Parts: sequence; C-alpha cells; structure tokens
Amino acid sequence: AASTPKPLPSSGPKSLREMPHPLATSSSEEMGPALTPSPDLLLPRSIADKDLSLPNGTPVDTSSPASSSSLLNRLQLDDDLDVETRDLFVTVDDPKKHVCTMETYITYRVTTKTTRAEFDLPEYSVRRRYQDFDWLRNKLEESQPTHLIPPLPEKFVVKGVVDRFSEEFVETRRKALDKFLKRITDHPVLSFNEHFSVFLTAKDLNAYKKQGMALLSKMGESVKYVTGGYKLRSRPLEFAAIGDYLDTFSLKLGTIDRIAQRIIKEQLEYLVELREYGPVYSTWGGLEVELSEPLEGVSACIGNCCTALEELSEDMTEDFLPVLREYILYAESMKNVLKKRDQVQAEYEAKLEAVALKKEDRPKVPTDVEKCQDRVECFNADLKADMERWQNNKRQDFRQLLMGMADKNIQYYEKVCVT
Amino acid sequence: MEDCLAKKMEITVSEAEKRTGRNAMNIQETYTAYLIETRAVESQSDGQCAPVESLWRRYSEFELLRSYLSVTYPHIVVPPLPEKRADFVWHKLSADNMDPDFVERRRIGLENFLLRVASHPVLCQDKIFYSFLTQEGGWKEMVNETGFQLKADSRLKALNATFRVKNPDKRFTELKHYSDELQSVISHLLRVRARVADRLYGVYKVHGNYGRVFSEWSAIEKEMGDGLQSAGHHMDVYAASIDDILEEEEHYADQLKEYLFYAEALRAVCRKHELMQYDLEMAAQDLTSKKQQCEELATGTVRTFSLKGMTSKLFGQETPEQREAKIKVLEEQIQEGEEQLKSKNLEGRDFVKSAWADIERFKEQKNHDLKEALISYAVMQISMCKKGIQVWTNAKECFSKM
Repeated sequence: AASTPKPLPSSGPKSLREMPHPLATSSSEEMGPALTPSPDLLLPRSIADKDLSLPNGTPVDTSSPASSSSLLNRLQLDDDLDVETRDLFVTVDDPKKHVCTMETYITYRVTTKTTRAEFDLPEYSVRRRYQDFDWLRNKLEESQPTHLIPPLPEKFVVKGVVDRFSEEFVETRRKALDKFLKRITDHPVLSFNEHFSVFLTAKDLNAYKKQGMALLSKMGESVKYVTGGYKLRSRPLEFAAIGDYLDTFSLKLGTIDRIAQRIIKEQLEYLVELREYGPVYSTWGGLEVELSEPLEGVSACIGNCCTALEELSEDMTEDFLPVLREYILYAESMKNVLKKRDQVQAEYEAKLEAVALKKEDRPKVPTDVEKCQDRVECFNADLKADMERWQNNKRQDFRQLLMGMADKNIQYYEKVCVT
Repeated sequence: MEDCLAKKMEITVSEAEKRTGRNAMNIQETYTAYLIETRAVESQSDGQCAPVESLWRRYSEFELLRSYLSVTYPHIVVPPLPEKRADFVWHKLSADNMDPDFVERRRIGLENFLLRVASHPVLCQDKIFYSFLTQEGGWKEMVNETGFQLKADSRLKALNATFRVKNPDKRFTELKHYSDELQSVISHLLRVRARVADRLYGVYKVHGNYGRVFSEWSAIEKEMGDGLQSAGHHMDVYAASIDDILEEEEHYADQLKEYLFYAEALRAVCRKHELMQYDLEMAAQDLTSKKQQCEELATGTVRTFSLKGMTSKLFGQETPEQREAKIKVLEEQIQEGEEQLKSKNLEGRDFVKSAWADIERFKEQKNHDLKEALISYAVMQISMCKKGIQVWTNAKECFSKM
C-alpha cells in the first residue's frame, strides 16, 4: 500500500501528495490505492535521466506497469487528438456574476471528466475566476519554463468603452479560457502538471495558492533563469530563424487584424446606407398599384440583407478577431521562451569557458545546462510543429466560419422575391 | 403599334465622337457627336439587306427634336432625354461630360430615346422625326420653319393657370400629385443607391489588402505558404470584381432615371390640361360678362356696379343709336365667344380623351419596364452573390490545403 509518498528526485515543486489533499474534506475516500501510479509521471523528469526518452524528447520512467499505460496515453495525446483515446476532458462554461462588497466579478464553471488514475474522482466541477486562470498560467510558466504556455485572453479591457459584464465580452472570454484549458489538456507534459490538477479539482484554490507561495520562498523554484549578465556568443541559426519568423508573423497578424477591423467598419457603414435604402422602395410601393408588390419585395429583401450583414460582422468580431489576437499573444510568449533559451545557452557557454579556464573536470553543471538546452530545442521544435498544425486547423475553422457567414449572407440575397 | 416606325426600321446610335467646332457665337468649343444609323428592316427585292444609312447629330439637336415634339403633341407623354449633366454619381464616376463612361451611357440613353419615339403610335409618324433620322443637312431649318416655338406656352402663363384653375379634371390633379411623389421617391432612391454603391466599393476594395498581406505572410511560411498565396490571389479577384458589378448597376440606375425624367413629361401634360381648362374657364367667364353687359344695355338696368354705369349716370346717357351700336357689337362678340367656347370645350374634351389614352398606355409601359428593371436588378444581385460564393469557396479550398 502506498501509504507513504515517495520522495521525488526532481527539482520541481513538491508532489501533490505532500500537501493535504484538498478533497479529503469533501470526500470520505482517503488517499490510497486510487493514487498508485508512479508520481514521477506527474512531474518533469530529473535532468539526469536522459537515456529514456520519448521520440519527442520527453523523458519517461518505465519502472512501473501503470506508467507504460500513461506513456501510451501521452504518446497518443501527442499524435492523435481523437476523442476516444483521450482521458481528460475539460470545459469552461456557465459564467455567473458575483457581487461582493469589495468588488464585482465573473466566475466560470470548470468541469473535468477524466479516467486518469491520478485523479480521485472521475468528475469535478469547480468555479474559477480570471485571476485563477492567470495564477495557473504563471505557475505553469514558472514550473515549465522550457515549454510554450498557451496565452490567456487579455487581462485588461483595452478600450474603456467595452463593458466587462456585457454578454458578448463574457462569452468571448469564456471561449478563450476554454481554449486555454483545452490546449493545456492536449499537451503531453503540461496536462500532468500538478498546479493544473489542483486548478481543476480544488474547492478552495486560494488556500492552495497561499501554500504555494510559502513553499516558493523556501525552495526557490528552480529553472528560473535570471538575466545573470551572460552574453550570448552565437545564436544557432535555427533559433535566429524562429525569432525572425515570429517577428514577421506577429507583424503580419497585426496587419490582418487591422484589415479585418477596417472591413468590419466599412461593412457597418454599408449597413447604415442599406438601412435607408430598403424603406425607400417601400415608400415607392405605397405610391404604385401594380408595382407595389415587387417593390415591397425588394424592400424586404434588402432588410434581410441588413440582418445577414449584421450577423456577419458580429461573427467576425466575436470569433475571428479574438483568435488573431490570441496568436499574437502566443507569438509574444514564444519569443520570451526564445529569450530564455538564449540565456540558457549563454550561461552554458560562460560556464564552459570557466571550466576551460579552470582546467577542472566538472561536467555536471554544464551538462545540466546542456541537457536543458537540448530539451528546449526538442520542445521548441515539437511545439512549433504543434503550433503549425493548430494554426492550420484554426485557420480552417475560422475561415470556414467566415465562409459560412458569407454563404448565409448570400442565401438571403437569393431570397429576392420579385416575380 | 403595328405600323410604328420601330417595326419597319432598325435604329441605333452606334458611335460617339469628340468634335471641335465653332458655335453660333464663333467661339471654339468641344462637343460630342453621335452617329445615328438606320436601316430598313424588310429586305430589298433582290433578297439582300437594305443598306445602312447614317448621320451625325449632337445632343443639342436631340433637345431641339424633343422640344418640337412636346409642343406639337402636348397630349402625349413625350419620352425624356438622358440627363444633360451627370447627377447622382458615386465617387468613382466623374461628373465630367467628356468622361468616356458618361458618354457611353449617354449614347445608350439617346438610342433608347429614339427607339421610344419610334415605337410610339402617334409620335413615330411625325415627319420631322423621320427627317431627324434620315436627313443630315437642313434639318434644323426645317424644324424652325414649322414655327413650333410660337405655339409653345409661356412658363408664366402655365404657372398662372395652375394656380387659378377652378375645375380641372380630378384625374389630372391626381396624376400631377403622383408624378411629384414619383420624382421625389426616385431621386431619393438614386441618391441612396449611389451612397450604397460607394460603401460597397469600399468593403470590396479593402479585401484587396488581404491579398497583399497573405502574399507577404506566405513568404515566411513553409506548409502554409502555398495555401495563403493562392487564397490571397482570390482576395484580389474579389476586390477587383466590384468594378464590373457596379458598372452593371449603373444600367439599372439609368433605367430608374428615365422614369424620373418621365415624371416631368407627365407633369407637362397635366399642365397643358390645366392651361386649357383655365383658358376655357376664362373664355366662359368672359362670355358671361359680355352677355350680362348686353342685357344691361338692352334693358337699361344696371345690375352690377360698373364704372361705365357711373360715368353714364354722371355725364349723361348715350343716345339710343349709340346703345344700339354697342349692343350689336356685343351680340357679335357673344356669338363669336359662344362658338369659341364650343370649340374650346371640344378641344378640351378631345385633349382629355387623347391625353388620358396616352397616359394609360404610358402606365402600362411604365409598369412593364420597371418590373423588368427590378427583376434584372435582382438577377444582378444574385449574380453578384454567386460570384462572392465562388471566390470565398475558392479561398476556403486554398485554406483547407494549408
């Protein structure tokens, strides 16, 4: 029986088991057999175990039988987003407004369904607010600095005109938060992060947050590379290229964002004129006898076009633009990871120099760094491939959306009822 | 309609040419001349097609023709000419009379005018019209010789009549009201349509920017590159398509414009009626007062106060001979007046009858034409949408291949 949790040879945050189980109060079940799979799988592997790696570079421990199934899971997660093989589903829905003395805010319901053994229950339902998502993201960045963490929707409302509690805003945000969690779920490493699990399951997240803070100061969360004044000698072409790519990419997306906004603006102005156009036919129809029917018909059709156009503009604003912005944010965070990578490399080079000077055989530290760098490379490449695929599909998705809108618009036109 | 000219003769305004010449005041000017081509429909006895005859006319000659027709056939709703200056333009079209697009549309409008006149049961038989089509030289003189300008009613007279007429035919009053409203609603429609066209143009053109950005973006992508590039191309196609679409819509606008100007022609007929009616009323009034005078002189009673009565009271009455003479004159005048009144009445009634017949004909023509115009407008819109669907479907395919 796994009554005593195994101490973990990792530099990451403490295992989930070392903390009082948040659900212990609500469920009568004790920690026990339900949590047998190797806890190692929950956390990034120690740097020393380099020889056992998945094709994408993720090291793995195959010591326990349960771990192989998780291994398979992870492989499958990576290559196949098929619903049947997934073992973790997360949804964000049901936004609700809370009014307290100090503030008013919105919470969202986060529902988890899982068959993973790491989780006590097959289902969880908790309420979270934006702050909590922000906290999660920061934690992920800290604990998995070599990975690309998906972006969150913007924290602050850019234009003062937008109502934080308007239906459209809340819905747009909900969708973005949902996407955020789903991306983490799909990630072979991030989805096993303990902060993530806590986020999904804890009834009182604030308590956990506070504890996390305390531990932080004690342990000093590792893998946090401070700008230690290391200067980079030469950046491998590969990463320079990625950096350049990201720069241009952000630029182009920014341009597309502006164009899309301009189109929406023009469409709205067009709509204004159309709204005046339709009724004139009606007025004319009132004047005529034989022609009144066809004229009324034209008027009605123009009215329909107005409606369709309105829908098109709305959909563009709600679905297309946020995705663009999200990708721009994504590019930003990717660039940050690149910077970190640079620093790692710089540190490595500096240390290497130091070693050469000292003429000591100290492979450990540089090896650490080197291995870290390798990992970064692997992950980076992996994630970039991911991103491309995502982009591809996303584009297809919202272009189809746009197409659908255009279609709808057009179908309304086709309902012109002149004899 | 069986023997209207249009059936017997093919008429086209086939070309437009810029000319320079000296006008009546010997000042150099530039104008556009239009080539009118005509050909008899029936083939000649030897089985061949009749030869095409042609001559050049400028816009002012068309105007002269129309003036002549309006004056000579006041009971007919005379087809209008295309506009003299470009109105209701949206930003891309220039208001310049020399602009080739404007000239082209005017050419079509002039041809339409000639065809309308040629299809009219009454107008097509006019000799001056025929000469306009067939006789190049000396036509202007011929027109002026008819002296039609003298028959034209002065604007002032017409205005006066409109205000003072007491008993116009109700139908004409209604018709005038209708034509006022029609003019107002069509002007409004055309104005808004021009604005709508402007905005739509903007929407389409901005999509062209997508083309450029996609192209630039595709340069940095590997798998997505081709898809983006081709999608960008489709965006360019989309942006360019608006030019043709709006060009076609101009034709629809022109059809509406014709009826806008027709409203003016309708009003002219109503005005003529009012004028005639007023004339009639004045003549009747005149007759009545003359009869009264006669009566007064004959009976010696002064029924109404008149200056003459007063002066005669003051300065002595007339001699019986004088009175007799006056009565005689008046009686003659009365007789004349009565005959005139009779003929005026007849004229008035004839006018109303024939005008109303033409108005009915016009109404049918209008309903038919406008219905067709609306249908073709709808067809245009549908085709525009189909093109839109096509482009976006293509773009979608490109995206799916990314």
